[in-house]
Amino acid sequence: MNDFVIEMLGIRKEFPGVVANDNITLQVKKGEIHALLGENGAGKSTLMNVLFGLYQAEKGTIKIKGEKVDISNPNIANDLGIGMVHQHFMLVEPFTVTQNIILGSEPTHIAGKIDLKKAEKEVQDLSNQYGLQVDAKAKIQDISVGMQQRVEILKMLYRGADVLILDEPTAVLTPQEINELIEIMKSLVNEDKSIILITHKLKEIMQICDRCTVIRKGTGIGTVDVNQTTVDELAALMVGRNVNFKTEKTIATPQETVLEVQDLHVNDTRKVPIVKGMNFNVRKNEIVGIAGVDGNGQTELIEAIAGLRKIESGSILLNDKRIDHLSPRKITEKGVAHIPQDRQKLGLVLNYSVSENAVLQTYYQRPFSRLKMLQKDKIDDYAKRIAEEYDVRTPSIQTEARALSGGNQQKLIIGREVDRSPDLLIAGQPTRGLDVGAIEFIHQKLVEERDAGRGVLLLSFELDEIFNVSDRILVVFDGEIVADVNPAETNEQELGLLMAGQVTEKGGTVREE
Amino acid sequence: MKSSRFINILIPLISVFIGLVAGGIIMLMYGYNPIAGFLALWNGAFGDIYFIGETLRQVTPYILTGLAVAFAFRAGLFNIGAEGQVIVGWLAAVWVGIAVDAPIYIHLPLAVLVAAVAGGLYGFIPGILKAKLGVHEVIVTIMLNYIALYSANSIIRDVLTDRADKTDKISPTASLTSEWLQAFTDFSRLHYGIIIALVMAMVMWYIMEKTTLGYEIKAVGFNPHASEYAGMKVQKNIMITMAISGAFAGLGGAMEGLGTFEYMAIQGDFSNLGFDGIAVALLGANKAIGVLFAALLFGGLKVGALNMPTEAGVPSELVDVIIAFIIFFVASSYIIRWMLTRKKKEENK
Repeated sequence: MNDFVIEMLGIRKEFPGVVANDNITLQVKKGEIHALLGENGAGKSTLMNVLFGLYQAEKGTIKIKGEKVDISNPNIANDLGIGMVHQHFMLVEPFTVTQNIILGSEPTHIAGKIDLKKAEKEVQDLSNQYGLQVDAKAKIQDISVGMQQRVEILKMLYRGADVLILDEPTAVLTPQEINELIEIMKSLVNEDKSIILITHKLKEIMQICDRCTVIRKGTGIGTVDVNQTTVDELAALMVGRNVNFKTEKTIATPQETVLEVQDLHVNDTRKVPIVKGMNFNVRKNEIVGIAGVDGNGQTELIEAIAGLRKIESGSILLNDKRIDHLSPRKITEKGVAHIPQDRQKLGLVLNYSVSENAVLQTYYQRPFSRLKMLQKDKIDDYAKRIAEEYDVRTPSIQTEARALSGGNQQKLIIGREVDRSPDLLIAGQPTRGLDVGAIEFIHQKLVEERDAGRGVLLLSFELDEIFNVSDRILVVFDGEIVADVNPAETNEQELGLLMAGQVTEKGGTVREE
Repeated sequence: MKSSRFINILIPLISVFIGLVAGGIIMLMYGYNPIAGFLALWNGAFGDIYFIGETLRQVTPYILTGLAVAFAFRAGLFNIGAEGQVIVGWLAAVWVGIAVDAPIYIHLPLAVLVAAVAGGLYGFIPGILKAKLGVHEVIVTIMLNYIALYSANSIIRDVLTDRADKTDKISPTASLTSEWLQAFTDFSRLHYGIIIALVMAMVMWYIMEKTTLGYEIKAVGFNPHASEYAGMKVQKNIMITMAISGAFAGLGGAMEGLGTFEYMAIQGDFSNLGFDGIAVALLGANKAIGVLFAALLFGGLKVGALNMPTEAGVPSELVDVIIAFIIFFVASSYIIRWMLTRKKKEENK
């Protein structure tokens, strides 16, 4: 008949007031890597949750290997050989790889004692079979993020999954780790497994996927053969219009120094040194990108500049004046704007309306308040203007920020921060989790800010973003800045090695420690 | 937005309804006639003008303790200490009412103000401990309740009187009693305090909705991380909030000391005005307007219950069971809603 392992035909899923999925058809062949592409909130997760038995579809049928099935809960999905690797790993840190993998289906001796030896051997064999290079006896907390992800994959294989759903698997990986993952995915399909890759990174789709199903605003747009399409075409399918990938910008003409960081030392929350003597500056009319793998001190660096984290030693100067011991409010007033990495935790009060969030740092200033009384109409006027200028799509400015999509939440924050005309704009992962349309808009805004005479400090884990926007790249490794490079004079490969601490800036020698 | 407001109103109403139904079932189980029971309850609360006056008198401190707990809740703080703050406010009001000699337009406002300040200071203690040392306010306020109870008893016995069980009556210039209100309500103990309570509800609404202080307090309650990022002083807000919360509860005590009783007696146990305030706040969804309605319900239940044994032969303890049911269903529906919104959040990811 046909060789589809999974067929989701005409799926429709409604939530009160919203149609999350409407007439979506997804057919995955045996042994293929099938991309599921769509903007945030397009309905990818809903569709996968229907497949996984977390939601029941109102309409449509699901067939596994040609047979109609009724997946009413995740256990049934497991039994049918469907496994899902979530974006956020679900691993017990102090446990070993094997303990994590067998969790919930432990092989036991007769008396109920876990047969760890047997499990370890099975896990190791499985790992070797697919070239995952996982040490079955290592503890999760001791292994890298890339390795943890492979443990998640191994867990699914151990449970007999034939179809693996990978949710944005490359978001947390370095370029080298991404290449390794791609090799693993290839070896998996060689063993007749099928993979559904949820992503909005078009480059990856072009690189490894066989076919690609596009969802836009809850509706299935169609499925295309990857080798008969282009990045531009995919992007247009996903967003519904043509997308400009390369941010238009002129060559920077940096002026005087705005931010100067000197021999900065900062501890992390556990009081362990994490920023270990950083020196750098940011000048007017310049975007400085900080590249590096997550956890090398970037987050703490930004928090220290914004006044949210105490510094241990060194100094931070804004326009030649020290700001390192000022309160966050004073620093804001002196001309620092901060787009935080975690927009829902730091950037917004989700229960507050768009309007209330628009004045989160300025509510106490005129004209938004007089004699400690909020001037609601002034605040609303301001919020309306921000929403218009920064394309924040919201039903009303009285809508709770929680109800906005990630992209619109981010545009609200960016509008609020940029509109204060700061001297220094700190942007922490400003496009994390956003779709190409929003990314394009935000990159454009960052460049506009640069051209308006601001210093921009951009922290990103996406090398594409770093290359696309930055005028100068600082590479951070282990709490230090290991390289200060011009994006025109380097490439992803070199940067990846620098980020992994493999080479130093000059000479390319391997650093053995 | 609209639907969440709708749910905010719907959940307490359903909870009250289920609580009443459950109370009725219990009455049936014990062989009482629930219809006669509820009729007696209604008559005892709103049946004639005297009972209405008594109900409103009981509602007065409930409004204030409800506001106290609700105000702290909005900042993410759980003020279990309203009970102790009531005692402190009561004692302070009575003390001023007895010790000071002044014309009514000075004496009465002074007594009321001192009660609010005393309650406020008593709320400030857990506030500063939480802000500066990170001690959880629930633990501190529970212990401060006992300190207030027994210290007040000791002061009444040894300072304000010579080993008597209760203080003298306050001087008429400090009294909230109103001959007009009493006459109008067939000589219930209704006093001018109800006006103070209603004004305070407006004050809370105004602070929360209209001022920069309320904006900060709510922001800290919803998301302390974002508040800190935005440059708000989270610790300062915690202290201010607890002081204002304590002041509301202290006023609740003044209502008893200057209005209902006009004295303070040694108490063997808590009056429960502060603890009932938690239920009032919860049922009122921590909003000023909600607190007014919830206080009316609780006041009505408390006063109406007294009529149940005489008119229907139903023990008044059953009303406590009904109240417990209502609180239970309000609390559990909060849990259900919490789970619903969490699920929604996960979907949005």
